[in-house]
Amino acid sequence: MNDEQNSPNATLQRRALLKGTAGLAGILATGMAPAVHAQEAIVLRYLGTAVNQDKAIADKFKADTGITVQYVAVPTDDVIKRAVTAPNSFDLIDAEFFSLKKIVPTGNLKGIDTQRIKNADKITTLFTKGTVNGKAVGDQGTAPKKVIYLEGEKSKVFATTPTRFMSLIPTVYNADTLGIRPDLIKRPITSWAELLNPEFKGKTALLNIPSIGIMDAAMVVEALGRYKYPDKGNMTKAEIDLTIKTLIEAKRAGQFRALWKDFNESVNLMASGEVVIQSMWSPAVTAVRTKGIDCVFQPLKEGYRAWAAGFGLPATLSGRKLDGAYEFINWFLDGWAGAYLNRQGYYSAVLDTAKAKMEAYEWAYWMEGKPATQDIKSPKGDLLAKAGSVRDGGSYDQRMGAIACWNALMDENTYMVQKWNEFVAA
Amino acid sequence: MGWVFLVFFVLPVLLVGVVSVWPQNEYTLQPGFTLENYATILRGCPFDAESGDLCVTFKTYLSTLKFGVLVWAITLVLGFTIAYFVAFHVPGLAAQTVIFTLMTIPFWTSNVIRMISWMPLLGRNGWVNDTLQSLGVTRAPLDWLLYSDFSVVLAFVHLNTTFMLVPIFNSMMKIDRSLIEAADDCGASAWQTVWQVIVPLCRTGILIGSIFVVTLVMGDFVTVGVMGGQQIASVGKIIQVQTSYLQFPLAAANAVVLLGVVMLFIVALNRLVDLRKEL
Repeated sequence: MNDEQNSPNATLQRRALLKGTAGLAGILATGMAPAVHAQEAIVLRYLGTAVNQDKAIADKFKADTGITVQYVAVPTDDVIKRAVTAPNSFDLIDAEFFSLKKIVPTGNLKGIDTQRIKNADKITTLFTKGTVNGKAVGDQGTAPKKVIYLEGEKSKVFATTPTRFMSLIPTVYNADTLGIRPDLIKRPITSWAELLNPEFKGKTALLNIPSIGIMDAAMVVEALGRYKYPDKGNMTKAEIDLTIKTLIEAKRAGQFRALWKDFNESVNLMASGEVVIQSMWSPAVTAVRTKGIDCVFQPLKEGYRAWAAGFGLPATLSGRKLDGAYEFINWFLDGWAGAYLNRQGYYSAVLDTAKAKMEAYEWAYWMEGKPATQDIKSPKGDLLAKAGSVRDGGSYDQRMGAIACWNALMDENTYMVQKWNEFVAA
Repeated sequence: MGWVFLVFFVLPVLLVGVVSVWPQNEYTLQPGFTLENYATILRGCPFDAESGDLCVTFKTYLSTLKFGVLVWAITLVLGFTIAYFVAFHVPGLAAQTVIFTLMTIPFWTSNVIRMISWMPLLGRNGWVNDTLQSLGVTRAPLDWLLYSDFSVVLAFVHLNTTFMLVPIFNSMMKIDRSLIEAADDCGASAWQTVWQVIVPLCRTGILIGSIFVVTLVMGDFVTVGVMGGQQIASVGKIIQVQTSYLQFPLAAANAVVLLGVVMLFIVALNRLVDLRKEL
């Protein structure tokens, strides 16, 4: 028996088998088996902040197209950091428009070909022209119309007139103002100046993201009548000094209870009553309200500070992944996702398609500023507003038409951050 | 071992040092040599020409140092006392082990959770204020309980006492009990025994604990941020803000300065006790 096993024949068979296995492994390793590759499902790595990464959206998209969206959630600042330092770590980026001033000069983003975007011409004029219902809105700061167009697909500079290539396809946007606790303030609030009103000493809070916090501060400085900025979103060193000086004086006088950086911190400050008036984001106001606590996203006479986010494509994306990313963007603008966002209190980029996917009473409440004819619920089914109530800030035209400035990145950003640190240390 | 030390310690520190002299540019890291970053950090130091105030960097370091010293002193007294109690007044190794394990239980949760759990207690409408007011001790809520130096120190002490306690306890357990009996026989009071026998024999533990606590507090930005309501500056916080705005060279320069300060501390502590000889 032993002899038989050691026969030349047996050795040969074993060798042939080894060879065959190695060959197959080689094909798999180099990815050269075409039949297998073609069936492989596309997975898109979606980089953005957790606020916009809703599981329901990814699930619905997967059900509609079979393409998987894999969320990579990082804080706002890290979105920019990743786009600049690790542009191959994602297939789709959800970034704010103000970050473009940092990302586009690196050449890490590809201009998005609007000829491949079905609803490109329906994107709201707020982005393409800076107007709402034909009326121009405030364009201080990084207004999207200044950075939305690129000179070409591979461009590191912004185009001054509309072109075929967009830097980001807008997805969601809103206008921020101060949040207040009407039950604890007990009088009407109409101006940004109230944030530094000594009446609320020790009961106010400010956003500790320097580039946004300083704009809220600038709104206050203007409302107090101390200075009128030519552009709050791009201050000179002297203007930064003035703004920070005002903040430091207020801080030393004990005006602020806290500064907040995280969405949840702002919710806790407001819900616990530590703070009665503070800079806030719309979903945070909603979160306080769902706890049964009265909180209002107060429209103010000086207007709103707006922000906008959009999808961008990394310069290196190609082939089926690129097609998949275009498919996702097209799907996103097609209505379902837009309706979903509108129901959360954000605004979608293409209004017509979203309207088609919303009930008439929902549209009337969220977009037209009319009293709700029945209870308004969030996409998850939580009660947001009872029948008869009206949305803070009124209709889309009223709210977006009252934009005073946009989130921005200043030319003097380094200096500004340094001065902001001075404010924190004061 | 030397290789691990090189790759995970020496190289990163060298890189930080190198980047700290690179020019500041927000979207790319370009090699170069400039002392601009250090100049920026020290601008207006020690006193600002206009306002006559201490410059931001000095102010921030002083604030961080203040926390370092306060927390160090409190954790030292607390850690030493607790360790002394467990080592010399709890009879039996089994009981000591149980108590010691109990003390590490809070460390099974994340330090952020341990910090945040203070908030419902210390807030304006928190449990402490409610109790004080219902007892008639205070009329209005005490605002300094939360988002203040007090709450920061409280959280630091809560988080870091164990780091002081463990090495001191370890040193105490190694003390030969007959030495204490000898001191007693020679007529030393309890206080003299602690001060002249136990403390000198615990120096190593105290030194190791001190190094832990001081470095942890000096480099922290989360505790100061959360408990200070983001209104209190710390060196770590400044570095974090700078990295999040892609100001890596500036952040690196700050890190080098911080590293230098902490090193000075450790060298000074080592002067007091020769750690290598004692171990």
